[in-house]
Amino acid sequence: MDLKELYQEIILDHGKNPRNKKKCDGFNKDAKGNNPLCGDKVHVFLKLNDEKQVEDISFEGEGCAISIASASIMTEIIKGKDFNVAKKILENFINMLKEGYKPSINSLSDNENTTIMSLSGVKQFPMRVKCATLAWHTFLHAAEDNKKVVNTEK
Amino acid sequence: MDIKEIKSKFPIFSNKVKGKKLVYLDSANSSQKPKVVIDRISNFYSKEFSNVGRSMHSLAVTATNRFEETRDLIKNFINAKLREEIVFTKNATEGINLIATTYGEKFIQDKDEIIITELEHHANYVPWHFLRKRKGAVIKFAECDKQGEVSIDSIKKLITNKTKLIAVTHVSNVTGTILPLNKIIDLAKTKKIPVLIDGCQGAPHLKLDVQKLDCDFYVMSCHKMYGPTGVGVLYAKKKWLDELPPYQGGGGMIDEVKKDDISFPESPTKFEAGTLQTAEIVGFAESIRFIENIGIKNITQHEKEITEYGLEKLKKNNSVSIIGDPKDRGAILSFTIKGIHPHDIATILDDDGVAIRAGHHCCQILHEKMGIPATARASLGIYNSKEDIDILNESINKCNKVFNN
Ligand SMILES: Cc1ncc(COP(=O)(O)O)c(C=O)c1O
Repeated sequence: MDLKELYQEIILDHGKNPRNKKKCDGFNKDAKGNNPLCGDKVHVFLKLNDEKQVEDISFEGEGCAISIASASIMTEIIKGKDFNVAKKILENFINMLKEGYKPSINSLSDNENTTIMSLSGVKQFPMRVKCATLAWHTFLHAAEDNKKVVNTEK
Repeated sequence: MDIKEIKSKFPIFSNKVKGKKLVYLDSANSSQKPKVVIDRISNFYSKEFSNVGRSMHSLAVTATNRFEETRDLIKNFINAKLREEIVFTKNATEGINLIATTYGEKFIQDKDEIIITELEHHANYVPWHFLRKRKGAVIKFAECDKQGEVSIDSIKKLITNKTKLIAVTHVSNVTGTILPLNKIIDLAKTKKIPVLIDGCQGAPHLKLDVQKLDCDFYVMSCHKMYGPTGVGVLYAKKKWLDELPPYQGGGGMIDEVKKDDISFPESPTKFEAGTLQTAEIVGFAESIRFIENIGIKNITQHEKEITEYGLEKLKKNNSVSIIGDPKDRGAILSFTIKGIHPHDIATILDDDGVAIRAGHHCCQILHEKMGIPATARASLGIYNSKEDIDILNESINKCNKVFNN
């Protein structure tokens, strides 16, 4: 278990300078997520067009470096993708953190793959997995018009 | 006092965490257990166990005696007047729920007011919230200031002729503030308002005399007092226990059961429904003996010394902000580090074997008031030393390195 694996440069960078941390213009879906034990909060905004493509995605919230970085990375990777592809990425991502599978997602560029893999170290820190998955679950709620607030303790 | 020798009585410290020596700074959450307590539980199960108070055989007599012995020890430990004033619960949370439910049922009407403070743990807010929902009670929060102090005036100005209870913590589990209980209780008495004290962070660290204090209710959790999990104590003045209705119903808490009516025995039996945590309660006797052998005043003194050393050290560390600056502080230091979230702090400290807690510590109202979502908290027990603080401080510096601050 190495701290360096957890706090990689990419994560520290996204944690300190999160991308798309705002309410994006013209969003038509949104959802909130809480990590009640820790107090992490996230609000995901989504613009899904008629072709079910993620035209824009952004988030607001507060939390640790892992949760903010993960939200930031998620918005970067999912923006522009079809919802079905995005959902596949999400499933792979969660499998990676929970089961340790390497995500093999053809639709990701090398760059995107490196970025998403930077979060793989979280698997070694079971207490932090829910920090990393919070924004992703919240994205799914937004996309599927699930009005329930995501709660990592449920 | 030989802290090394005291520490050696806790088996947990002979284990390594991630190859490192354990620096345990999470005693406000739950304290570690000395070997005498662990062994007592095991011995009790091996040699003396049976259910208490129900059977006639010799084992039942032994078990019942051991169990009731703990009640006597607690009575003396907190200087209660009567052993009947000691009720076993599963934790402090249950103690507060018991009072909120029974006192609430009998004495709270629509628009009656309950005063708590902004420092309270959720355990001393949520049960009153239920009462607000159920009975239309109004909850008023006495304000805490930037230092984490709750002044007597902030309570005084909330009191009206509708005030039915004041429920406050003895020591804040975030800022470490020791509340001015004597003043609060004196004030309440002039208005005939009963006072409940959440003693979770008081009982393990400070000398208690409930008769002198003259509070109506005092709750504690034994697992924070070098004792087993699953046991709490509710102290209540006998007049309340006589007046309040039973809490849970079941075996053990009845007097006579008929098809059309049931009568109940006196306290504490009336409030102890079902089989309790027998072995843990027996084991807790050893925790009290352990504390008394060291001397609670010696514990207070030692922890004060280490807390002051920690405060001094962390205040010198420029990246650290200490949360609250109460004049009277218990063995708790909460802090933040500029640019690093408390969860990240906790993970990095853990890598050095330093166990702290990060988050809102079940005090969201307080964190909101302070304008911070979360804090890192180092809390002390009798086994901590200045060396632990030095390691904490080094590890905090490492946080800054990992984050390139
Ligand atoms: C001030 C205070 N009150 C109540 C509690 C709740 O204790 P328990 O969970 O043992 O009932 C705690 C412990 O975290 C506490 O610190």
